[in-house]
Amino acid sequence: MQSAPHVEFRGVSKTYDGRTMVVQDLDLQVQEGEFFTLLGPSGSGKTTCLMMLAGFEAPSSGEIRLSGRSVQHLPPRKRGIGVVFQNYALFPHMTVRRNLAFPLEVRGISAASRRQRIRQALEVVRLDGFEDRRPAELSGGQQQRVAIARALVFNPSLVLMDEPLGALDRRLREEMQFEIRRMQQDLGVTVVYVTHDQQEAMAMSSRVAVFHRGHIQQVDTPETLYEEPEREFVASFIGDNNMLRGHVRRAERDFCDVETPGGTVRAFPVHHCRPGDSSVLAIRPERVSLTKPGVYTNEFEAVVEDILFIGDHLRLRLNLCGNPNFVVKVQNIIGHSAVLAGDCVRVGWSVMDCRALPDEEGAGGSALLTRRAATLRSSPGDAAGAPDTDRAAVPPSTQAV
Amino acid sequence: MTSKTATFSFGDRLARWLHLAFCAAVFVFLIAPMLVVIPLSFNAEPYFTFSEGMLALDADAYSLRWYRSVVEDEEWRLALTNSLFIGLAAAAIATILGVLAALGLASPAMPGRALVTGLLISPMITPIIISAAGMFFFYSNLGLSQTHLSLILAHAALGTPFVVITVTATLAGFDRNLTRAAASLGAGPFAAFRRIQLPLIAPGVIAGALFAFAASFDEVVTVLFLGGLEQRTIPRQMWAGIREQISPEILAVATFLVAFVLVLLGVVEYLRKRGGQSPVGQ
Repeated sequence: MQSAPHVEFRGVSKTYDGRTMVVQDLDLQVQEGEFFTLLGPSGSGKTTCLMMLAGFEAPSSGEIRLSGRSVQHLPPRKRGIGVVFQNYALFPHMTVRRNLAFPLEVRGISAASRRQRIRQALEVVRLDGFEDRRPAELSGGQQQRVAIARALVFNPSLVLMDEPLGALDRRLREEMQFEIRRMQQDLGVTVVYVTHDQQEAMAMSSRVAVFHRGHIQQVDTPETLYEEPEREFVASFIGDNNMLRGHVRRAERDFCDVETPGGTVRAFPVHHCRPGDSSVLAIRPERVSLTKPGVYTNEFEAVVEDILFIGDHLRLRLNLCGNPNFVVKVQNIIGHSAVLAGDCVRVGWSVMDCRALPDEEGAGGSALLTRRAATLRSSPGDAAGAPDTDRAAVPPSTQAV
Repeated sequence: MTSKTATFSFGDRLARWLHLAFCAAVFVFLIAPMLVVIPLSFNAEPYFTFSEGMLALDADAYSLRWYRSVVEDEEWRLALTNSLFIGLAAAAIATILGVLAALGLASPAMPGRALVTGLLISPMITPIIISAAGMFFFYSNLGLSQTHLSLILAHAALGTPFVVITVTATLAGFDRNLTRAAASLGAGPFAAFRRIQLPLIAPGVIAGALFAFAASFDEVVTVLFLGGLEQRTIPRQMWAGIREQISPEILAVATFLVAFVLVLLGVVEYLRKRGGQSPVGQ
């Protein structure tokens, strides 16, 4: 610890009615210059955290510090934080120039200096030439850029963004992800970013805090969150994961055996576990392979329920070890073992790719099953217009087993 | 369409005609008394009826004499001055109070919102004669009766609900994030209100102010109770004119008032339309 973190939450809780905790006992540290994302489904408390940081809401208990100083009694206008709102919150009766001039005028900055800083801010967001338009005369993406420019124009060292890309279409969203990341790195500002889109969080952030029901589940870099989830919610929320539920039968230091409805699986214990504990295993679809016998520690045979052709890969759905929606991702390589729905296949995975986590959602997690089903159907952006699951869609050359 | 109409039975068509006739009758009874005043005010004779010359559209049967005598009459001039002065002052007070009340009522932290709204709106619902009688005794005890101030305060109380209602309606569509954005950009509460919120709710504020002015401008009951000779307003003067000397001067004033109210309504409608287009209404 060389200096105080730029943003620090210490035991922050928030409740509106005195009973339901929106955020509970939250600790968080954001370092200078980080792109820090609060990721979670709606209602998980991430936006509330952002609003408390901006000063629009007060914590019910706990303390928020900016660069080591408590901001308990500091109103929003004195925090000097740039905020980009979900709906942009541009002043509709003012032109782009007046919108950007507003924070400078209330700070008493001279007209000449204002002109220069407005020009610079518009250059950063690549919107020069739009000074005299009103927000209603701009497209959604342009309004977004004005909102960012306005949050940057008074040179704050901390910028908060509340789902800023939520209202844009996919192409524009991906473009803006790069733009925002570029601006953040060019200017060296600290960004605290809120989103429910895990792909967006993974693409942009230096670190991500995963929120669930008012608690932070895990704070890590995107790579670590993906490769080493420590909680069941993180494993199911970040990327795709096959979840298998069961009970621990044998626990050692670097492996444990978990008995599932379809057989015993050897897994890597993320936390200390004891025989008898209920556990949930997380296995990524791309880490499961079609295999010959005797290659992997964990090998099972199952019937292929159906196949989804994505383009660069195929998704097989199996009914395996009690999970009726077990997905296997197979690269679409010529000569690769071709599979048909109804075939019996042998799949395997290594111990290190199978993480045993404490069972937190319970076996009756129907929401989880729904998520798994949705996973199979989602086409993650590659192969525009992927055809439906259809025997005819599989290239004939791959149909011979 | 025609084939469909043809299938309507006689009873259907009769009901339709009765419906139209009823609607027409409503309009005639509501609007005709106002419209008939207008030609009568140009009567050359000192009567409240159409002369034979007027019906024959003889130019000599029409004149502006009643308008001239109104303009030249000291009492009417005093009444107009009083009406404008009391109306503007009352509207100004009502607008300030009403906007402040509406802002408070729109705050999510406001306790007892329904109760307070009810209290603020009550002057609209209470029979005016009761308010006026109450004010009469109240202001007499304060030594305020028969002063302009008493009428201004009374009319401000009557006009405030109009402002509360129109501004509350405008605020319902106001994006609170705009105020938050202003605060995050460094603006204090007053600057945020003056530069962001007020310009955006201005249509509602102006409409409320006009309603408050109109409420004062045509109010006669509290003037009867609280006003003396010096505080005679236009409605009060008309009341006196009808009771004491029946002169078509009243018709000239009435025509003027109808035109005045039409202009006010036009302004309100224009603001309402413009307000609907601005993002405030979204």
